[in-house]
Amino acid sequence: MSRRPYVREMPTTHWFLRQPRYLRYMAREVTCVFIGAYAVLLVIALARLAEGREAYEGFLRALGSTAGIAFQVVVLAFALYHTVSWFSVTPKAMPIQRGEEFVPGGVIIGAHYAGWIALSIVVLVLAGVL
Amino acid sequence: MSERRIELEVLRYSPERDREPRFQSYTVPCLDEWVVLDALNHVKDHLDTTLSYRWSCHMAVCGSCGMMVNGEPTLACKAFVRDYPDRIRVEPLANFPIERDLVTVMDDFMEKLARVKPWLIPGEDKTLGSGEHRQTPAELKRFKQYTMCINCMLCYSACPEYGLVPEFLGPAAIALAHRYNLDSRDGGRAERQEIIARDEAVWQCSFVGACSEVCPKHVDPAGALQQVKLASTVDWYREHLLPWVKK
Ligand code: FES
Repeated sequence: MSRRPYVREMPTTHWFLRQPRYLRYMAREVTCVFIGAYAVLLVIALARLAEGREAYEGFLRALGSTAGIAFQVVVLAFALYHTVSWFSVTPKAMPIQRGEEFVPGGVIIGAHYAGWIALSIVVLVLAGVL
Repeated sequence: MSERRIELEVLRYSPERDREPRFQSYTVPCLDEWVVLDALNHVKDHLDTTLSYRWSCHMAVCGSCGMMVNGEPTLACKAFVRDYPDRIRVEPLANFPIERDLVTVMDDFMEKLARVKPWLIPGEDKTLGSGEHRQTPAELKRFKQYTMCINCMLCYSACPEYGLVPEFLGPAAIALAHRYNLDSRDGGRAERQEIIARDEAVWQCSFVGACSEVCPKHVDPAGALQQVKLASTVDWYREHLLPWVKK
């Protein structure tokens, strides 16, 4: 009897279309592009600020334009998906054992949301909004 | 007892005869309590004796009956026919070469498994006469879930990283290394880190999480791999920022 194992290649370009769970993974990964885009926006904001009052006010007007608002809404939606999907897997990466039992996943996820809210309040206070 | 006729489409491959695999269809009268493995056994016993596949325990313990059932890595002995439509497609586990019909070549996994030293490397020298290595229930619980692995390779089959980068050490092997690293009686972590904290090992994982979704024993290899990443990162910072602190 001869051995002649048959190898099935995985398509390198569209493998993620094979399974809904691969697509969900890709959706989560793609969100980082939008997070990155927002980081670039913040850098531009700094550059305009350094250029002086007029440049910065122009930048703020651009932010308030329809295109500027649309961009921010889209980024916010992706940032939320990014955050929720990552927070939901934190108990897997950081299980905490107290005595014999493991702390329930919900508590670990909840702590992340609490940290998020606390940090947001700090930022809002620094910004003079609260 | 109700009987249902299903169409069982099986991917066949004969290294002597076939240039590439082809589907062959069998009509199988199934009983309500049958699993896909029973349907395959019916084919083997009554319709076509040439069909090759692996199985042994018929109770999700031995890990040998892993195959793709309607595109999903599954234990054939755990997949109830009643949960599937009338047409069931059975293929050998994805990401592994086909030896014959539903039998895959698992040499790669076996070699990788041995590489991570999945056995206790005692942390302290103790003679046999000085008694057992004791462990508290809490210490046991720390790694117990990872001992449930039955080496069925469904996780490798679900993992797109393994499909794309065959060098990847993979979910089960790393999860088992993690199991021994977490064991209070073990002292082999440094040796295992050499193997698992590498690019083609844990850092190849991008946390798709498919391995944990298909695991029939709820081992959660994806979780294990993320924990290994975290621990390895802490190691790195320790080594580079606090080199004077002994581990
Ligand atoms: S036959 Fe043993 S796991 Fe299915």
